[in-house]
Amino acid sequence: MVENVNFFSDLINEPYLTLLIFLPLMGILILSFIPRHNHTLLKGLTLLIFAIEALISFKVYSLFQNTGMLSEFMVNIPWIKSWHIYYFLGIDGVSLLLIVLTTITMPLTLIGTWHAVQKNVKFYLICLLFLQTGIIGVFSALDLFLFYVFWEVMLIPMYFLIGVWGGENRIYASLKFFIYTMAGSVIMLVAILYLYFQAGQSFNLLELYNYHLSFTAQCLVFLALALAFAIKVPLFPFHTWLPDAHVQAPTAGSVILAGILLKMGTYGFFRFGIPLFPEAMIYFQDYLMIIAVIGIIYGALVAMVQPDMKKLIAYSSVSHMGVVMLGLFSLNITGMTGGLYQVFNHAISTGALFLLIGMLYDRTHTRQIKDYSGLAKLMPAYAICFIVVTLSSIGVPLTNGFVGEFLTLLGTFQVNPIMGILGTTGVVLGAVYMLWLVERIFFGPVKETKGTHKDLNAREIAVMVIIMIFIFWLGIFPKSFLTKIESSAEIILLTMDDERFLTTTEIVE
Amino acid sequence: MEILIKQFSWLIPVLPLIGFLLNGIPTALGIPLSRRYVSFIACGAMLLSFIMSVCVFSVLSNMPAVERSFTQVLWPWIHVGLLRVDLAFLFDALSIVMALVVTGVGFLIHVYSIGYMRDDPSFGRFFTYLNLFCFMMLVLVLGNNLLLLFVGWEGVGLCSYLLIGFWFKDKANGAAGMKAFIVNRIGDFGMMLGLIILFWALYEAGRPTLVFSEMQSFAGPLSQVPLLGVSAVTIICLLLFVGATGKSAQVPLYVWLPDAMAGPTPVSALIHAATMVTAGVYLIGRLNWLFVLSDYALVVVATIGAFTAFIAATIGFAQNDIKKVLAYSTVSQLGFMMLAMGSGAFAAGIFHLTTHAFFKACLFLGSGSVIMAMHHEQDMRKMGGLRKYMPITFITFLVATVAICGIFPFAGFFSKDEILWQVFNRGSFAGWYYFLWAIGFMGALGTAFYMVRVVVMTFFGKCHAADHGHTPKESPLSVTFPLIVLGVLSAFAGFLNVPYILNSLFGGHSNGLFTDWLSTVIPQVVHHEVHAIEWVLMLLSVFAAAGMMYGSYILYTKRNDLVEKFTQKFQKIYLIVLDKYFVDEFYHSVFVVNLLRLNNAMAWFDRTVIDGLVNLIGKFTVVYSNIIGWCDDFFVDGVVNGLANGVCLLGAKMRRLQTGSIQHYAYVAFAGIVAILIIKLFI
Repeated sequence: MVENVNFFSDLINEPYLTLLIFLPLMGILILSFIPRHNHTLLKGLTLLIFAIEALISFKVYSLFQNTGMLSEFMVNIPWIKSWHIYYFLGIDGVSLLLIVLTTITMPLTLIGTWHAVQKNVKFYLICLLFLQTGIIGVFSALDLFLFYVFWEVMLIPMYFLIGVWGGENRIYASLKFFIYTMAGSVIMLVAILYLYFQAGQSFNLLELYNYHLSFTAQCLVFLALALAFAIKVPLFPFHTWLPDAHVQAPTAGSVILAGILLKMGTYGFFRFGIPLFPEAMIYFQDYLMIIAVIGIIYGALVAMVQPDMKKLIAYSSVSHMGVVMLGLFSLNITGMTGGLYQVFNHAISTGALFLLIGMLYDRTHTRQIKDYSGLAKLMPAYAICFIVVTLSSIGVPLTNGFVGEFLTLLGTFQVNPIMGILGTTGVVLGAVYMLWLVERIFFGPVKETKGTHKDLNAREIAVMVIIMIFIFWLGIFPKSFLTKIESSAEIILLTMDDERFLTTTEIVE
Repeated sequence: MEILIKQFSWLIPVLPLIGFLLNGIPTALGIPLSRRYVSFIACGAMLLSFIMSVCVFSVLSNMPAVERSFTQVLWPWIHVGLLRVDLAFLFDALSIVMALVVTGVGFLIHVYSIGYMRDDPSFGRFFTYLNLFCFMMLVLVLGNNLLLLFVGWEGVGLCSYLLIGFWFKDKANGAAGMKAFIVNRIGDFGMMLGLIILFWALYEAGRPTLVFSEMQSFAGPLSQVPLLGVSAVTIICLLLFVGATGKSAQVPLYVWLPDAMAGPTPVSALIHAATMVTAGVYLIGRLNWLFVLSDYALVVVATIGAFTAFIAATIGFAQNDIKKVLAYSTVSQLGFMMLAMGSGAFAAGIFHLTTHAFFKACLFLGSGSVIMAMHHEQDMRKMGGLRKYMPITFITFLVATVAICGIFPFAGFFSKDEILWQVFNRGSFAGWYYFLWAIGFMGALGTAFYMVRVVVMTFFGKCHAADHGHTPKESPLSVTFPLIVLGVLSAFAGFLNVPYILNSLFGGHSNGLFTDWLSTVIPQVVHHEVHAIEWVLMLLSVFAAAGMMYGSYILYTKRNDLVEKFTQKFQKIYLIVLDKYFVDEFYHSVFVVNLLRLNNAMAWFDRTVIDGLVNLIGKFTVVYSNIIGWCDDFFVDGVVNGLANGVCLLGAKMRRLQTGSIQHYAYVAFAGIVAILIIKLFI
């Protein structure tokens, strides 16, 4: 009985995260009672739920103290007591920003692709809502088992998004996506269970931070987790599911995939991989940085010759995520902050690019670059949006991309100058493939393709304007975001250093 | 008043930004704007910005020389780890000179554009870009730290990209814009590395910072920091110079600038002659304290500069497109500026930057006026005799030509001669600078030759345009007004910096007003004695240039047959020069083609090897599953079924035992008893 009181008082004290997680599920419940033909009502309700979610997340943002503690808004309720599994939530600066990113991306994606899906709308919306639950759960869980549950939960709606509303080759792509990620997460589960038994049956992340594994064990468990996260990021050479998934997924799927789902891999490294296994991380640091750099250059080179716009952007994602990981693996405050900032930049710019390509595809039903020329004449507003987003993607100063890219390279340089130099080549290559794309599509003599070439409508412009505001806001006033990320990164680095110190004293003894 | 001006000095860059927004947002949304409104906003913003610059200049000039600078912090920008970078503007002797040039020349070119672009359907878009460019350029010159300079640096590159491809319906224009951006990005790659290494070298030296004023005070310890066995400063300077090479179109990255002439002519004048391309020179001027720490870096800068000056001048000989000649001339003049920087004559380089802004803008605008009169014909062979029809254009063009050739007392004389003398005077490095002087001298003679060739082909001789039945007309006032202002400046601006040698004639001891003014940022070279040799060199260069001009004039007016003969006889050389030494072709076949090959190879690798492996694993799993499935059917299920069948069979057999006949049971019972007895007995 006493526990029940605790149960409620905890929830009442910190209701926001739980609300954020379960509100979309409530939405699904409501949606299921609405007739499937009433598309407007269905979409309207979903949008309403997304809007409420966004408002709650803004509230959380405003309440966030940035005290430099491991987490705020903590909720800790026993779930399966006999196995020491808890419903344990809490967020730090990075998870906070990722949650806000999610709650903003979802409604924008829905508005941006309002008419894109025509079949089975109800199920489609249910998938979106379900995704949101999974994603926010992943970003706020502090219990490893809970984390794993959310991580897996979010695979299912994504599988349906690609498999049901995707392109011609959707079955192959969705299966590839599902099995690839599944393979990673099974290995992750083994690692988590190993950790659980080693650490005296605890899934509590904050306790595990203080638990010290032997070096060999660290390496093994780290590699298992790293594989799961590397597939998700995706790091070279585990990236080939991404182009297929992106090309086949419907626009909303691509946007969410690029904007949020890929970030879960980064988040995993940041929250679990690095602080739980510091010695292993330091041991593998050089190799991981090399892999990240290969991803940067390789992704850019392959992107350059893709004939399909979506595929080009997909490979550019591989390159950009390489930058993110390079920053993260540099394990110094500047590089980590830059890499994590780049997480948001990539979400904004790549998400926006997929949205834009989707808008074009709805009109002309082709994504082949060779089918376009001189589009700037036919769709000037579209061209402006596309070019601004491109600039953000290639990291032109005063857009968001520059801040993250520069900090990443600056940090990397201090740790490993060679990797810094190689990473910087990504700056040149990025400009080449993106500008070449812009030049081929927008400039040159006007070419009429099939379909219409109506310029963006008010709804689409509104979405793009919001995105562009974020592009410049994050580029010109990055300080408030950077402080949050920096203090999170600092804590993670501090936990690491503690443990490193411990081992050295042990060796001395 | 002074405080007020200081407080609002941030308006200098922000005014063009406001202009950009006021014109840009409606244009982007497709709201039609009247030309009058657009030009009023755009030019008004530039004029106000210029006035503001003049005010700040006067405030600065009233300050005592030692403390002649102030910084205005707008807001903190990136504060992470050790890095502290603000959005802040620095106003000092150097930055205000640059701001005056940018806003002054910028304003004139804005006015000019009203006339030049009046029939263009994208009038609003043009002024939007132009305002944005001025904003970015001002951020570049006013930024108080290296990262903010880099912001402007990339920003002007972006505007240049947009403006080169302004008439994007022509495929070639878009490609030229892209080429400019990408070549510049290669330079920026070096610049970014230089910037990052500088930061960490300063960290070693005790103060990681990118703020100019703070960096300078750590010059001493910085020069002690080693990197890869040499001084870190040398590497930093060389990397930053790679950036300057891209932006200021030096060998080997100059190739984008001639192509950039695809943009509208006012753009060529503003961006590709007067302001943006001089950013590299400004960068070195700003960091002069850093470059003087490394003699090797300076020698490299000077050498690249001298060769650029010379090579570009020779290409200028053979071009027939009026804008292309001017473009190569710009490359060549930028080479002179770099030569000055590399010789430690930073003030002279900045002064040449300023005068060049006047006369080269005048030349480009003049060529634009000509192109308009010729109905967008740029081939000089189809021009000729225009001086009768376009007197104002002709006179201003002529003045600017004389200025660029370095004839006393026009502006170019003062700036170029000072550079050549300083190069000669430096003379160190086993006399290498004497060699560079000779190269530069030849470049200057080349300039005199091809510039007169342009004037003659365009304005003298027979009017080819009249053959086709239309008479060229002088351009409207909005075009001629900037020409006149710039012409006057080209003629007289040189007196801003009268060198010591001429001052001493009248008993003065100044190194020139301009050099004195800059002395707070760029330390002055100590007075030198007047050498006879300086007089000799000065007279030599003036007379040689005049001789070249005369020779060129004679050749292209009266002795055209000699030109013909020459090109016939040395046809191979002529063709090589005409095709610009095939540098573009070389780059294309070496870099572009191979990059594409690499890309395709990588894409193949990705598809076939990596994805192939993934699919192979998938296929293998399927095959494996089939085998397992068969095994399951055959063995596992076989055992299960076998067991069942066995039991069945056994049951069927056992059933026979249940006969129901009492005798059988009795036999069996008896047999059992016997068996038990036997076992009991014997065991």
